[in-house]
Amino acid sequence: MSLLETAQMAIQNIFSSKMRSFLTMLGIIIGIASVMVIIGLGNGMEVYMTEQFQAIGANTLEVSIMGRGSSRNADEEDLYRIVADHPEDLSLISPTVSVRSTAKVGTETLLFTSTTGVGEDYFTIKQYTIAQGRGLQYIDMDKRLHVCVVGQYIADEYYNGDAVGQSIRVGGTKYEIVGVMSQEGDTLEEGGTDDVIFLPYTTAARLTGTEVTNYTITVVDESRATECRELVEDELTEIFGSDSAFTVISMTEILNMMTEMLNVMITILAAIAAISLVVGGIGIMNIMLVSVTERTREIGIRKALGAKERSIMAQFVVEAAVTSAIGGAIGIAAGYAFSSLASSLIVTLLDTNMSVTPTASSIALAFGISAAIGILFGYLPAKKAAQLNPIDALRYE
Amino acid sequence: MSALIEFQKVCKYYQMGDTVVKAADHISFQIQKGEFVAIVGKSGSGKSTCMNIIGCLDVPTSGTYLLGGNDVGSLSKNDLAEIRNKMLGFIFQQYNLLPKLTVLENVEVPLMYAGVPKPERRQRALDALEVVGLASKLKNMPNQLSGGQQQRVSIARALAGNPAVILADEPTGALDSRTSREVLGMLQNLHSQGHTVVLITHDNSIAVTAQRIIRLEDGQVVYDGDAHAPEAVVSHNDPWLERGSAS
Ligand SMILES: Nc1ncnc2c1ncn2[C@@H]1O[C@H](COP(=O)(O)OP(=O)(O)OP(=O)(O)O)[C@@H](O)[C@H]1O
Ligand SMILES: [Mg+2]
Repeated sequence: MSLLETAQMAIQNIFSSKMRSFLTMLGIIIGIASVMVIIGLGNGMEVYMTEQFQAIGANTLEVSIMGRGSSRNADEEDLYRIVADHPEDLSLISPTVSVRSTAKVGTETLLFTSTTGVGEDYFTIKQYTIAQGRGLQYIDMDKRLHVCVVGQYIADEYYNGDAVGQSIRVGGTKYEIVGVMSQEGDTLEEGGTDDVIFLPYTTAARLTGTEVTNYTITVVDESRATECRELVEDELTEIFGSDSAFTVISMTEILNMMTEMLNVMITILAAIAAISLVVGGIGIMNIMLVSVTERTREIGIRKALGAKERSIMAQFVVEAAVTSAIGGAIGIAAGYAFSSLASSLIVTLLDTNMSVTPTASSIALAFGISAAIGILFGYLPAKKAAQLNPIDALRYE
Repeated sequence: MSALIEFQKVCKYYQMGDTVVKAADHISFQIQKGEFVAIVGKSGSGKSTCMNIIGCLDVPTSGTYLLGGNDVGSLSKNDLAEIRNKMLGFIFQQYNLLPKLTVLENVEVPLMYAGVPKPERRQRALDALEVVGLASKLKNMPNQLSGGQQQRVSIARALAGNPAVILADEPTGALDSRTSREVLGMLQNLHSQGHTVVLITHDNSIAVTAQRIIRLEDGQVVYDGDAHAPEAVVSHNDPWLERGSAS
């Protein structure tokens, strides 16, 4: 008797008592669906997080100098030299100076606009492109020119999209707008990524009256982020004679750490959900044991007609496996339904376009696990059925 | 040539508390190929016990059972299953059809376990149902048939595998007298076509359908011979008989 025929027989049997079969499968259905939603949620979160990091530059080192009040300090030249000395590891650098003074266009105050002083490579580092006019250049830094680049939001909102050549006031000083950035955010909104003003960092430092303390450096190879961070730390330690006067943060390392934490969390959640798979398996075992008892006479008849132990065994194991595989398939469908439901809920409630996306491999795994559970928990009842003595089984009422 | 079925001092004992029930007590006989034998006896005389042993559903406590010259006692469970499948066809009092399968599928079951490919299996099942006159009920479920029809399905099922021996345990026990005659006629037909038939019954009037009678009493053979001899139909320990002979 072929496996295919055994499976056909099993399916026939399962469909002959639909309600009971469905209830038997329920544990597996719930287990598979919840594992899928959780893994999908984890995937969605990871993708979302990586995207967010990519937006602020995942391949960067953020350097912050606190100083020690000692005579020796690290200035822009030191930092530029560190980058220039290690072309194989470090590529670009830009100081960043955040300006707290509010900006004004005519008499209107731009309350939520963020103003930052940056170097000429900042736009390349951030992968920002210039839509109109030009970006900031070395000459602007060198001469401390009163020029700036504004985001698309400002250009659209205050200059009807024609901002180049116009002026804007920051902290009472007038700046000429020399360029407009292309739109960066999904939507143009107040206080968003497009509501920004960039000044030459030298100009900004004079405006705020502080020294430059923050730098963004890009690394050549993201997979060597840790080595690059240590390299910059070593250089700065040499300058300060101490490693407590500065911090260097690698965005790649932070992203990796967060991804790892997320994965641990998702694994734990999935494991908890997987417990219901085990419960589902026990449910199948329970029903199969009842079914073996109910069908004792059938087993006796089959044995009298020449069924071998392994045929009876196969019949019950396959029935359990098919039951739980069907449960798995329904679970996968339910998992999909709940995932898309969760995705649309997240979009409407949280206003982020994070999607719950179950991966193909997680689905294949879920299906495999459910069939395996059927075989595992079907084994014991099947063994019991196969070992029934034909004469006792035939006499059973 | 050796006998098809040979019992050599076959015993089957059951321990019930501290008494031993001797369901079969040193039973010896031979059945040749092509014979039609009835095993008769009162209730509890050990008929079903014999039938279960002949049918390889049960093994004797002691003694030897040779089927086609092979000692069944030395075979594994798997071999026994194979023998039941290939050499034996069962007809039970309770029909014992599988309720979730159609008539045709029921007849196919032994062929399926024999590994007969599907088209051939179907054809042989159809042929067997033709023989018992049920070719029009192929798609019916067992519970849609009368008792007599169900018993004919089980005859077809026993026949389909073309076994060496057809074993019938009280095949007419649940049928009225007219249907009983029909079923017995069918067994006689099978016999005349060369099949070996072993019929088990407590009813003398049914036993005489066979050529030969083996009478059991308390697990022992008390008569073995021609079905039409006058001693064949009387019980040896019958108190009425004893009183009759005493007077
Ligand atoms: N599994 C068993 N356990 C204990 N005793 C048994 C068992 N099977 C049969 N017996 C006993 O063995 C004896 C013979 O039983 P058997 O079933 O062979 O009788 P029978 O001739 O078929 O009777 P009937 O015509 O009522 O079917 C009986 O006394 C019965 O009680
Ligand atoms: Mg009996």
